[in-house]
Amino acid sequence: MGELKIRIENEYDIVSARQAARELARQLGFGAVDQVRIATAVSELVRNVVLYAGHGLMSVQPLKSNGRTGIEVIVEDDGPGIGDCELALSDGYSTSGGLGAGLPGAKRLMDFFDLDTVQGKGTRILARKWLK
Amino acid sequence: MEVPILMVDGFWITSIQEALHDQSVLDFQQKLLSKLKQPQTRGLVIDLTALDLVDSFVTKALLELCKLAKLMGIQVIVTGMNPAVAITLVEMGLDLRGIDTALDLQRGLDKLRNCEER
Repeated sequence: MGELKIRIENEYDIVSARQAARELARQLGFGAVDQVRIATAVSELVRNVVLYAGHGLMSVQPLKSNGRTGIEVIVEDDGPGIGDCELALSDGYSTSGGLGAGLPGAKRLMDFFDLDTVQGKGTRILARKWLK
Repeated sequence: MEVPILMVDGFWITSIQEALHDQSVLDFQQKLLSKLKQPQTRGLVIDLTALDLVDSFVTKALLELCKLAKLMGIQVIVTGMNPAVAITLVEMGLDLRGIDTALDLQRGLDKLRNCEER
């Protein structure tokens, strides 16, 4: 079980990315509900890359720290970046006609969520979930 | 893969069996709407028993479909949502009030019949 990278080029990769994350979560021992939480968060984050940046990269890897096991997901792109992070993370805000639930929803589903974005340069999201 | 949409006694029944990518979700939504306008339509059940993930995109498509069908005077019932999916959608904070649900296909059809009688 090592790091797995998936290039994000189009909407088909949303399904492949979330299936890869789910499979690793399952192998790490995450239960059924956590597997769905992790895969859904990945689905939302990767869709944002397709919608706003066009292409990017998702990587998922196991985490070991102080005897704890977890999963780490990184989704990055070199797209336009997010202008107002606070707004983008608030419920119901969308610039693409969506429900505005993707980013705030993904954040809630994970234990740790870090959003790093520079306008004109890109966005990198790192999210972790720990086995309980 | 095309999702089959079948009719029994005027009720359209469809069951999504595998993960759909975004464009196929939209195509499926359009196909359902075109079925609903047929005059013998009495309702629609969308069964999600086999689906192990529903994200905000699929939720939006379901909400829109329910809203449009309601305007057409047709009731839609979503059935068989798996508990892990339900927990995830609630935790994400999605507003699911526009979606009418039932535990399984049988209860979904019963609900549609009962609505007609009222």
